[in-house]
Amino acid sequence: MIKLHKQDYETILAHARKEAPVEACGLIAGRTENGDKFIEKVYILTNTDHAEEHFTLDPKEQLAAVKDMRANGLVPLGNWHSHPVSPSRPSEEDKRLAYDSKASYMILSLMDEEPVLNSFHVENNKATKEELIIE
Amino acid sequence: MTITVAGTKKEYEDGLTVAKLVELENVETPEYVTVTINEEFVESGSFASTTLKDGDTVEFLYFMGGGQY
Repeated sequence: MIKLHKQDYETILAHARKEAPVEACGLIAGRTENGDKFIEKVYILTNTDHAEEHFTLDPKEQLAAVKDMRANGLVPLGNWHSHPVSPSRPSEEDKRLAYDSKASYMILSLMDEEPVLNSFHVENNKATKEELIIE
Repeated sequence: MTITVAGTKKEYEDGLTVAKLVELENVETPEYVTVTINEEFVESGSFASTTLKDGDTVEFLYFMGGGQY
């Protein structure tokens, strides 16, 4: 299970809508408890690809975010990115580039009027949907 | 020597290279990991020739990217 505060959901949704049709991206951090993940902070990072079909997190911003997490007693939990015109599921490229099997990969789809956010565990090129609670 | 790895102070033998540290820390898919020493990015091709020194702070950053299709 992975839990996201409604306010943090609204933060990434607003940013993703602002950036569309370019993909938006960022990091998630928080704490783990008995295998469950609790997101305490979301980070908005620059998509250095500035592309509509790709994203790459800015490594310098990534480093700054990791330092901020540590300073706040948080651990990295994964990342999030938007799919402006495709579903909320990992693409073949997403799976191929998911190198951290401990991370959660959250994907926000804006293709329909109602946005859809899902979280995935990706390992050996196979994605498994995680139970996501937004409240 | 003492170095800080991902926020934790650790003792390692003098002369440790970044490549060896990556191995000793069991970094997953190291070919896709970016390393920083004291907030400076290490060129990916120079892990084996970069030696750490006492007091260094090291971070491992996973490449994170993807696409819609």
